[in-house]
Amino acid sequence: MRPWLKQNLFRSYLDGVLTVVSAAIAIWIVVQIFTFVFITGRWEIVQVNIKLLLIGRFPEEHIGLLLASVMAIAFWIGVTGGAFVKPGAPKRSVLEIARELFQRFGLIALLGIAIVYLAGTGEALVAGLQIVVAIVAGRLLSALRTRVKLLSAIPSLLWIFVWGLAPTSLIWYTLSVSTLETWGGFLINFYIAVLSIVLCFPLGVLLALGRRSSLPVIRLLATTYIEIVRGAPLFVLLLLAGVALEFFIPPEITPDVIFRSVTVFTLFTAAYLAEIIRGGLQSIPKGQTEAGKAIGLSTVRIIGLITLPQALRNVIPAQIGQFISLFKDTTLAGAALSMFEILSIGKAITKQDDFLGQGLIYESLAFVGLMFWVGSFVMSRESQRLEKKLGVGIR
Amino acid sequence: MTKPLPSASYKIPIWRNIKFLRIVFQVSVIFVVFLILNWLWGNYQINVARSSIPTDLRFLDNPANFTIPGSDFDQSQPVRSAFVEGFFNTLRVAFIGILLATLLGTLVGIARLSKNYLLNKLAAAYVEVIRNLPLLLLLTFMNLAVVLQTFPRIEEAWKPLDVMVISNRGIAIPWFVGSGTNLAAVIFLAGVIAYLVKKLRQKHSDRTGKPARDILYSVVTFFTLIAVAWFLLGYGLEFPFVDDRATSGGLRLDPSFFALLVALVLYTSSQIAEIVRGSILAVHKGQGEAADALALSASQKMRIVILPQAFRIAMPALGNQYLNLIKNSSLGASISYFELTQVAQITVGNGSPAVPAFTLTLLVYLSISFFTSLVVNYFNRKLELVER
Repeated sequence: MRPWLKQNLFRSYLDGVLTVVSAAIAIWIVVQIFTFVFITGRWEIVQVNIKLLLIGRFPEEHIGLLLASVMAIAFWIGVTGGAFVKPGAPKRSVLEIARELFQRFGLIALLGIAIVYLAGTGEALVAGLQIVVAIVAGRLLSALRTRVKLLSAIPSLLWIFVWGLAPTSLIWYTLSVSTLETWGGFLINFYIAVLSIVLCFPLGVLLALGRRSSLPVIRLLATTYIEIVRGAPLFVLLLLAGVALEFFIPPEITPDVIFRSVTVFTLFTAAYLAEIIRGGLQSIPKGQTEAGKAIGLSTVRIIGLITLPQALRNVIPAQIGQFISLFKDTTLAGAALSMFEILSIGKAITKQDDFLGQGLIYESLAFVGLMFWVGSFVMSRESQRLEKKLGVGIR
Repeated sequence: MTKPLPSASYKIPIWRNIKFLRIVFQVSVIFVVFLILNWLWGNYQINVARSSIPTDLRFLDNPANFTIPGSDFDQSQPVRSAFVEGFFNTLRVAFIGILLATLLGTLVGIARLSKNYLLNKLAAAYVEVIRNLPLLLLLTFMNLAVVLQTFPRIEEAWKPLDVMVISNRGIAIPWFVGSGTNLAAVIFLAGVIAYLVKKLRQKHSDRTGKPARDILYSVVTFFTLIAVAWFLLGYGLEFPFVDDRATSGGLRLDPSFFALLVALVLYTSSQIAEIVRGSILAVHKGQGEAADALALSASQKMRIVILPQAFRIAMPALGNQYLNLIKNSSLGASISYFELTQVAQITVGNGSPAVPAFTLTLLVYLSISFFTSLVVNYFNRKLELVER
């Protein structure tokens, strides 16, 4: 103990002063947070509005459908989570696995428990348990796959795709029975983020290839698009879409807020994604392309089979970083387009009759912040893990 | 004898000629892009004709019909002047924000690598907490929770050491009394003299081999000169005080300006801290060992050996963060700080045509971004290692 203290906290007088000051700050912060969370915080504002914050005005009768979709996604995540695990990995004890799982997903689990506790109903508890059961079932099926010969013969991508059909069709069905306008709260932040990620990816890849193209016209077009979008603030683009999008589409279509925001997020993120993927393409040694040419592949095949897969793998952390910032930026849609997303709900609930003028903005913003913080933090941790696992930059 | 190759007489058919194919492909892409743009333009024409909204910039000459807090902008002045005012407000918050964020970010980035366990963990917590929160949430928190709710009313304003006045009407700090032009002139002169002192110190150091301490000398010269000149000119430093439900004296920062500035600085500094940390780690290990071998102290090693090289590595990423900060300052519109976006939003609300107004705003941001990247690229080229 003594040597550790000397090494890490009191190497010199200056170091000692630094330690005392930082200790004071740290203790003050911890005490403040503790008293706020457990003593002074009046969490009834979150308790009463928990459903509004999470899913907005989603119709009561379809909540079962929503839960089923979430369970299907959870099951899918469980199934695919181990899809790329190589057989013959070292056996580990249950305790070790539990510890690793807690380190990786403990925060999400704690957040889930907190939400169930705040909701305080039996239904919420059952829903939470159902989601956990879905993940566990998915993991078990995935474990079964590594043991049963017949199942492990299925290619990983096909396996992921097949199990992805259920959540996709369920979400599709949920969308068709409950109009998108009733979606709100954290649900809409999440939905917009996922939809924009899926849509911006192909565009980003095309733009990146365009910018690296040897054809001057293509290069010019891609570069102009990327540079203009990257020079513009997202907030102004959203405002512009809020008033001007209807001018550029046929008069028969009337765009709603979600259409507007998804359009902007897709077009915006594609430009940033293109720059990231371009970085990945530049990191591929020229010999790879030359080797492709030497065996007589066409340009399309060289890109599709050799350079692009390697490039995409090399920049996975940066891509996930971009997706995290897209996830956080979905809050802007609330301020620019008055969409009914979690941050604007968090502001609005402090103006309800029961809570007006009681200064409960701290509680409400703390809850909203926690949702985003846990999501982004766990995602960035997982991307670091993935980076290590794929061995980028090693060899 | 082997059979001769058929090359001489063989001609590549035109549909397999790579030069021809490249041209065809580019022309067809141009054609498709043209079709898309034409479609958009056609829709625009139809929709504009249907709604009879003006599409030109004549609205810039109309009276603005709104006031800007914290400035003597008058309602009858044209929209054009409101945009100019908003432009300067954007520049103001961006400029101060960049300075503070760089300073704070560098400190946190260094603390993040400290051998002191507590300081290290504290800096890590700062970075991880701030970086994973949406900027708009930080901004809303600063505005609604901190400034409007926690700061006291003006009657009960906090007056730490009697030099500042903090209330929910804003923050007043001590400031020079006197004309702005004089202040600018004095600062400019002091800057020139401080630069000369820095050069002299370097020469002295080169001649004698004694430590230059050029930064220390020039900074001290700079501030002493400003202080002396200011008091000689008969001006002084004025402290703010509460004067019947308002603050007098000193410089008053608007509450929304303060909230925006703090949120931007917190958010950007957490990103800059990670960049600085990465760049310090990227400096070649031998450099630090060489500094140790020369028996430089820890602070000398950081200041003279590691940091200058780290900043060379960090420059492009830092430039990106500066651009982000400038663009993020547009969020000020959500808390009614009168920067460019807020001005555009309000004049659109007052009946100016939306598409030209927001397009104009976008163009201004594009030119600011363009100018900033020119400056960053210039410094990047100056700092770059000259290689073979």
